[in-house]
Amino acid sequence: MKKRVIAAFLVAMMGMSTLAGCGGEKKAETPAAGSSADAAAAEEGKVINIYSWNDEFRQRVEAVYSEVEKTSDDGTVTTLKDGTEIHWIVNPNQDGVYQQKLDEALLNQANADADSKVDLFLAETDYVNKYTDANADVAIPLTELGIDPETDLADQYSFTKTTASDQNGVQRGSTWQCCPGLLVYRRDIAKDVFGTDDPAAVGEKVKDWDTMKASAEELKAKGYYAFASYADTFRLYGNSIADSWVKPGETVVNVDQKIMDWVTTSKEWLDAGYFDKTVKGQWNDDWNKSMGSKSKVFGFLLPAWGIDFVLAKNWDGDMGAWAVTNPPQEYNWGGSYVLGCQGTDNPAHVKDIIMAVTATKDNLLKISKDYSDFTNTTSGMKEAATDDAFSSEFLGGQNPFEYFAPVAENIKIAPLSAYDQGCVELIQNAFSDYFQGLVDLEKAKTNFETAIKERYPDVTEIKWP
Amino acid sequence: MKSKKTKVVSSVIAHLVLILLSFLCLFFFYILIINATRSHADLQKGFSFLPGKYLLTNLKNVANDGTFPMVRGIFNSVIVSTCCAALCTYFSSLTAYGLYVYDFKLKKVAFTFIMAILVMPTQVTAMGFLRLITNMGMYDSLLPLIIPSIASPAVFYFMYSYLQSSLPISLVEAARIDSCGEFGIFNRIVLPIMKPAIAVQAIFTFVGSWNNYFVPALVIQSKNKMTVPILIATLRGADYMNFDSAKIYTMIMVAIVPIVLIYLLLSKYIIAGVTLGGVKE
Amino acid sequence: MKKKKKSLNYAKWGYIFILPFFACYFIFSLIPLVDTIRYSFFEYYRSGIKEIGPNFIGMANYVSLLESDMVKYAGNTMILWVIGFVPQIVIALLLAVWFTDIRMKIHGKQFFKVVMYLPNLIMASAFAMLFFTLFSSNGPINSILMSLGLITERIDFMGSAFGTRALIGLMNFLMWFGNTAIMLMAAIMGVSVDVLEASEIDGCGTVKRFFYIILPLIRPILAYTLITSIIGGLQMFDVPQILTNGQGTPDRTSTTLIMFLNNHLKSKNYGMAGALSVYLFIVSAILCFIVYRITNDNDPDGSKAAARRKKKEERRRNR
Repeated sequence: MKKRVIAAFLVAMMGMSTLAGCGGEKKAETPAAGSSADAAAAEEGKVINIYSWNDEFRQRVEAVYSEVEKTSDDGTVTTLKDGTEIHWIVNPNQDGVYQQKLDEALLNQANADADSKVDLFLAETDYVNKYTDANADVAIPLTELGIDPETDLADQYSFTKTTASDQNGVQRGSTWQCCPGLLVYRRDIAKDVFGTDDPAAVGEKVKDWDTMKASAEELKAKGYYAFASYADTFRLYGNSIADSWVKPGETVVNVDQKIMDWVTTSKEWLDAGYFDKTVKGQWNDDWNKSMGSKSKVFGFLLPAWGIDFVLAKNWDGDMGAWAVTNPPQEYNWGGSYVLGCQGTDNPAHVKDIIMAVTATKDNLLKISKDYSDFTNTTSGMKEAATDDAFSSEFLGGQNPFEYFAPVAENIKIAPLSAYDQGCVELIQNAFSDYFQGLVDLEKAKTNFETAIKERYPDVTEIKWP
Repeated sequence: MKSKKTKVVSSVIAHLVLILLSFLCLFFFYILIINATRSHADLQKGFSFLPGKYLLTNLKNVANDGTFPMVRGIFNSVIVSTCCAALCTYFSSLTAYGLYVYDFKLKKVAFTFIMAILVMPTQVTAMGFLRLITNMGMYDSLLPLIIPSIASPAVFYFMYSYLQSSLPISLVEAARIDSCGEFGIFNRIVLPIMKPAIAVQAIFTFVGSWNNYFVPALVIQSKNKMTVPILIATLRGADYMNFDSAKIYTMIMVAIVPIVLIYLLLSKYIIAGVTLGGVKE
Repeated sequence: MKKKKKSLNYAKWGYIFILPFFACYFIFSLIPLVDTIRYSFFEYYRSGIKEIGPNFIGMANYVSLLESDMVKYAGNTMILWVIGFVPQIVIALLLAVWFTDIRMKIHGKQFFKVVMYLPNLIMASAFAMLFFTLFSSNGPINSILMSLGLITERIDFMGSAFGTRALIGLMNFLMWFGNTAIMLMAAIMGVSVDVLEASEIDGCGTVKRFFYIILPLIRPILAYTLITSIIGGLQMFDVPQILTNGQGTPDRTSTTLIMFLNNHLKSKNYGMAGALSVYLFIVSAILCFIVYRITNDNDPDGSKAAARRKKKEERRRNR
């Protein structure tokens, strides 16, 4: 009897959150979902294991999931009000480490005891495809959790829903963020070189690649670099590829013409001195330092999370030194998808967390406000674009959403494949040597071929444009 | 007269070279320790030869970081290394004793076999090893890092040489008259005699196991079972942005310091032990 | 009769005492070895979360390894070993001679020994991580060099094959020269003092003494050092792996064989990893055999064989 009551309570609560999430347009629960929640609530486990690659998701959950009681000092365990513990299992994304650890756990899922089963995991856009695959069936379809994408997630940007769906169109994941990218620049450098730090005026200076190049020349004349490294511009090109790296069912890696365009321009720009030669790629100490006050780098191409999670943390000067404007080319970078794991013993909590973090408009707006994240609510982001409450102190009072929202509307997600992370990472590694003049183009190509075959033994051929 | 002068010159040169080498050996550790005492902001500004005041803060940061469970890692490393040292020295002594004292048919074969695999690298069987322990259900546990240390040919060889030089067979025969039982003789009479050899090899095995990276990195998956070298390696590939370089230096320091301390305390025995290991009479 | 029975009894104890060692070796080394060899003939890997194989494909893995960059990595491994070993053995010999030369009067011998041996105990992975941070283009070494006015532009140490290899060589040198020096010292001390004293009385100079007396006498230990060092070099992994984050950058010029093996193990390509292991096993087996000869032969440096040959020759001439 008691269990029923709890279940009913849960249903009601979820209903409420759904209502909030959809701006009151839709009715709450379908009976089918209610009963599945009922069955689940009956046997909820005590430990929720969440796999991720940093503490970003933990912060989001702490911020908006109302059941959170407290998190331990070392950040590994979050206790919920009902006594359930969330265990955070964090492994670095680089070099495929996160995926290896996750894959191990998933393969072991059937034999693992209840408290060590994966309940929820995160996947980046680069490889979410691998986990939403219908044949692999590791992520629970949202409908089975009691989430109806049609109604509950109606306010999300539709490309995020496509990304999180399997080949049959069944949505298996959901995200709280949408990652339109912008150009974020140093106001002092803009003033010095262009005579103004006004985002609209600077936006004109960087509106497309040709103008950007001319501006880069101006920056160079004054001793500045346009960007830190060739890796910074990669996403802009990588996002506009015509076909996926590996087509479904094939084992051939297709290198898109756009990627080769990136190679050509990067080489040209690096030789011309528009990039800082000492910064080799991203996510390293030199890159971090290029975001510091002593650096001579004018701008970075980053999505919202990049500004909040990367740039702000590396910046050691005064607040308000940076501003955002439109990028030379529209792009999307990243996006952390939340997926419920098949075999979870905490389906009700999983549903709760997904709903709270990715589908509740108020929560999403709170995340946007507190962390300057561009969140997955079309109506909310439109409001934010004109709402001064969303201006950022870090950006000197500028409201970045004014620039994010239009980019987000126009994002066409590049065709995905399960091999994307490896391709994106390894092609940058391989051509890095070429840019620095250590190998010629052909050698860089062969190095990429070797590396990709090592990472994915099933790759049989690499096609260059 | 001339010869004396050249002697002085060459002695000066020798000392200069020695000082230079010592400088090379110590300089990096000096930077490490200095940097571990400074804050991230200080480090961003550039290098300083004087220590800062942030050592405690840095240590606290390291201890409280759940994504790099350093305390847990040290604990794991201590367990693994201690068990390895104990198992390895005990069983190597036992094997050496078995082959030294007793006469049996396969003695020569067994000895030759061990000598043949004396320096076989473990890496060549890593793949099969990985599959084996997966099938045995020991994947992602500390056991596969400990148990194989029972069979350590190099330690065996050391123990065998030591027995040759310091255990007269007559002593064993005398003990038999007292009817101690064969295991009793080994445990109560032979082990104490071998104490110096055991101590030296225990230290080397401990250090070797403490520093071991290749196999543990393949075997251990979960955070709370990671040993120190794996944690250090994860550091290299981490894209965590909550990262400060002061913490990196502090972590490296924490990984190195325990061994250095042990070494400084026991350096006399260790250095004596190095030569015992490789030199053949 | 009674006595014989007793010795048989003792033989049983011999087997019992050596059993743990052999059981352990059998389980954790031989079975894996057989398994490794077996799978080297199979196509067997993991694609994403799906497992492919095992399908028998004969020698295909071996062939494709030969066609791949394996030879290049073998070359890298050797280069990395050489640039660490050559300075190491030279310095070690020099130090050993100085330390054992009574007339040299080296002060603070114990201190120098302690310091020299210290890097050998340092965790290779931590050491590599340390070097990576110290030598990064914005790292302390660059700031020191700049503040001393030695350079005006930051040096990108790890940006060139030479730089990366030199760093790895330096690390290997630092980690091993003390160890080798101490070994050689003991070897020289082992050379009978009479011989050394006699040479002195005969007015043998330091250089002559080194080349004509010390070097020939410590040849077995030198050979041992060389071979064990080659085996150590073959296993080189921690330092380059962590310094270059497994990439072997630039242009894979610092990728060693074991890093290559690690790449295959990481992508769960059991077939390829198996074949590579077998190659490594063959090389190691040869090296092991040489070590075996050195440690077990009464005639490790071939001097007796030479003597025998000489005698034979003499006899022939006499005839």
